[in-house]
Amino acid sequence: MADVMSKSGTEPAEFVFDAESEALIAVILAKYPAERKASGTLPLLDVAQRQMARLTGSAWVPRVAMDVIAARLDVAAIRVYEVATFYFMYNTKPVGTYHLQICTTTPCWLRGSDEVVAACKKHTGIKHFGETSEDGMFTMTEVECLGACVNAPILQINDDFYEDVDGASTESLLAALRRGEKPKAGSVIGRQTSAPEGGPNTLLDTPSFQAGE
Amino acid sequence: MTKLTIDGIEVEVPNGTSVLQACEQAGIEVPRFCYHERLSVAGNCRMCLVEVEKAPKPVASCAFPVAEGMVVKTDTPAVRAARRGVMEFLLINHPLDCPICDQGGECDLQDQAFSYGRDGSRFAEAKRAVKDKNLGPLVKTVMTRCIQCTRCVRFSAEIAGLSELGATERGESMEIGTYVEKALSSELSGNLVDICPVGALTNKPYAFVARPWELDRVDGIDVLDATGTNISICSRGGDVLRILPRVNEDVNEEWLADKGRYSVDGLKRRRLDHAWIKREGKLVKAGWQEALVHVAEKIEGVPGDRIGGVVGDLVDAESMLALRDLLVSLGSGNLDCRQDGAAIDASRRDFYTFNTSIAGIDEADAILLIGTNPRREAPVLNARIRKRQLAGGLAVGYIGEAANLTYPVRALGTGLPGLKQLLAGGAFAEVLKKAKKPMIVLGASALVGFDGAALLAAAWKLAADVGALRPDWHGFNLLHQAAGRVGALDLGFVPQAGGKDLVGMLDGGVDVLWLLGADEFDTARIGANTFVIYQGHHGDAGAARADVILPGAAYTEKTGTYVNTEGRVQRSYAAARPPGEAREDWKILRAFSAVAGKPLPYDDLPALQARLEQANPVFAHLGVLPRFGCSDLTGPAGDANALSDAAFADPMPNYYQTDVISRASPTMAECTATYVTPISVAAE
Ligand code: SF4
Ligand code: FES
Ligand code: FES
Repeated sequence: MADVMSKSGTEPAEFVFDAESEALIAVILAKYPAERKASGTLPLLDVAQRQMARLTGSAWVPRVAMDVIAARLDVAAIRVYEVATFYFMYNTKPVGTYHLQICTTTPCWLRGSDEVVAACKKHTGIKHFGETSEDGMFTMTEVECLGACVNAPILQINDDFYEDVDGASTESLLAALRRGEKPKAGSVIGRQTSAPEGGPNTLLDTPSFQAGE
Repeated sequence: MTKLTIDGIEVEVPNGTSVLQACEQAGIEVPRFCYHERLSVAGNCRMCLVEVEKAPKPVASCAFPVAEGMVVKTDTPAVRAARRGVMEFLLINHPLDCPICDQGGECDLQDQAFSYGRDGSRFAEAKRAVKDKNLGPLVKTVMTRCIQCTRCVRFSAEIAGLSELGATERGESMEIGTYVEKALSSELSGNLVDICPVGALTNKPYAFVARPWELDRVDGIDVLDATGTNISICSRGGDVLRILPRVNEDVNEEWLADKGRYSVDGLKRRRLDHAWIKREGKLVKAGWQEALVHVAEKIEGVPGDRIGGVVGDLVDAESMLALRDLLVSLGSGNLDCRQDGAAIDASRRDFYTFNTSIAGIDEADAILLIGTNPRREAPVLNARIRKRQLAGGLAVGYIGEAANLTYPVRALGTGLPGLKQLLAGGAFAEVLKKAKKPMIVLGASALVGFDGAALLAAAWKLAADVGALRPDWHGFNLLHQAAGRVGALDLGFVPQAGGKDLVGMLDGGVDVLWLLGADEFDTARIGANTFVIYQGHHGDAGAARADVILPGAAYTEKTGTYVNTEGRVQRSYAAARPPGEAREDWKILRAFSAVAGKPLPYDDLPALQARLEQANPVFAHLGVLPRFGCSDLTGPAGDANALSDAAFADPMPNYYQTDVISRASPTMAECTATYVTPISVAAE
């Protein structure tokens, strides 16, 4: 699957943590005793992915970065490959500037995720999940439950959740992104966190407390 | 100790034992895939489920520790149903390709399916398929068969110590592999084939060669290094097809080095299968009688001190003794077994053996390696050090060219100055002194060259200084590369009083030179007028220079005794007949002695073996090696203070081709091309 060698065209020749990343790494590694620094694998992979996003516009972890992390943490490279490929949050191949992760698990699907998928495809020209649009702007990924089912359906774009989306709101979200705007994350229909749609509908009466009750 | 009841049998086991181990102790078999007694516990296959009273559901016995008064049931309807369920899940994605699978007949999954399998599958969906991985010339993969027990992952991390295999992705997409395609670099990679419970990892050169039930198995001893690994030689119709390790806890546990396993195809190539005589500068075929008479005529009248004999690295003790007896009867004292010229002192046995013993490594708490790369010279022994290191509390110092030994070492220089410093004191000398059971391991190949005797004496002196030589502990060890070397030294195959060593016999030092499997020295240095008899099994350096070639038997074709680097005497049995006209070596020598009119006093193998015991009583004890200490601190000859500043040479630059058999092996040639001289390993 994630056979990086077959995509050697995109694999950079080398990876070096920049100053901003190094500052983060210093903070991260300070949390672990020296002989347990392998615990830093997950956060360092994240640092690498964010550095790639910052410098190249694509949030992914190239294999050379995994090697750098393995050397830094004194573990065998394969141990880092295992972790990086296990977690879905690490992209082992390049993604577009905006990584559209659409939840299609049952609650989201019941609430219309098909529409969201269709809108994404229409707007980006992407045909199948896992592909990147020709302009390199969007990558579409199908994901399992994002843990925000109350506000289903959910569309995760990079680090942010957009909730209660439907076809139309998805399209306007993507159009805004294309214009370089950064739409506000959260419910697109103005729901307050995960409170009921349209405001509270239980506990509306104020309970009366009587002495001795 | 903990007492528990398993299927009504009461057993007492040490605390911390797993239920599965306790079952084994009670003689009850529990099926398993992921559990392996020499690897860490993963507990992921769930095949070992048993019922434990009061536990709400079946437990994985391999990962469940025993408790006092526990009542375990391994054969209830619930257990059987649970195991059947596990089996059904395992088979969901496992292909039904047993007829074309090399593991067939020795597959754990196949065997267990007999007990716990269903006759049909309820899984109607498509099975997953996994791309095969290229792990190099030795291990073939059919990854769709993998049941993800992770034994191979644990083996490569724990035993091989190289962490090359892993499980990437997860769930349905999980795959076992190296992620970035690469050939496994371990010298123990063949053992992956043995530990993989299914046919996912199989023996690449042996692919589709034979079925296990067609094979005859004979107990043998590996001669491709000096570890003395116990092997099972598998043959079909007199054809040796593969070699497997045999369990011997004191020597190789259950591992076998790749050279010993995969050189087997070298046994069929470049073989000497009839006698040759050089006539007018050309070798021509000859019959036995003709060849022996020809040699006898050449030897006739040559004074004993102009005759010499050299034995090679793969030769059994019987043949060496026969040659020694023959040469002595001819009046010769020109004997040598040290083809490399190593300054081995044969005057005392503990000067030239691995005295701590391989099993003794388990007790050591500090090891100093001098001029040796055990990973290549003795991979199985190295795995023992690795195992000791994993157990914790071991310090390893290393003097030699930088190398990855699969465990962390403290680098103490690359040559003799490092040793000199230790003799003068220093941090690691303190570590050795403080250790309860320190070991000094000296590579026999490091004794080559003019510093050899001094190095041997210095290493011994260091051992004495740091308290490694005690009545209860012998911490001085010589690590040999050649399987025949210790046996030859035990038989005194070294220059006799006034006799010449190998160098003395070269350049015309003798008129007649008998080479018994000796190919590892520069044969061009043999004097032009020296008459050379080469007795051996492969056409290599020795045969190329010979005036007469007497075809002998390889180790799989003769019953012979070998003494490993520890000094352990072990016997290997004939699994096949030598090819063509070739004969067992001692018989050739016996036959020649009769032709030469000096018949050797043994007519059969038992008589020769009795003579072995007479020559050196150590040969009376097969297989066993009592532990011993050192009470006499007198060191080997040589001036410990005469060390120069030389650096150690790489003791074995090419692990894969070190002797006539491995040089004849196409598999070993492929390994050499892959690992030693990679021309272009760029991924295609
Ligand atoms: S390849 Fe074999 S040993 Fe490795 S995980 Fe798969 S089944 Fe187990
Ligand atoms: S199902 Fe989509 S967030 Fe849970
Ligand atoms: S053997 Fe116990 S879970 Fe695999």
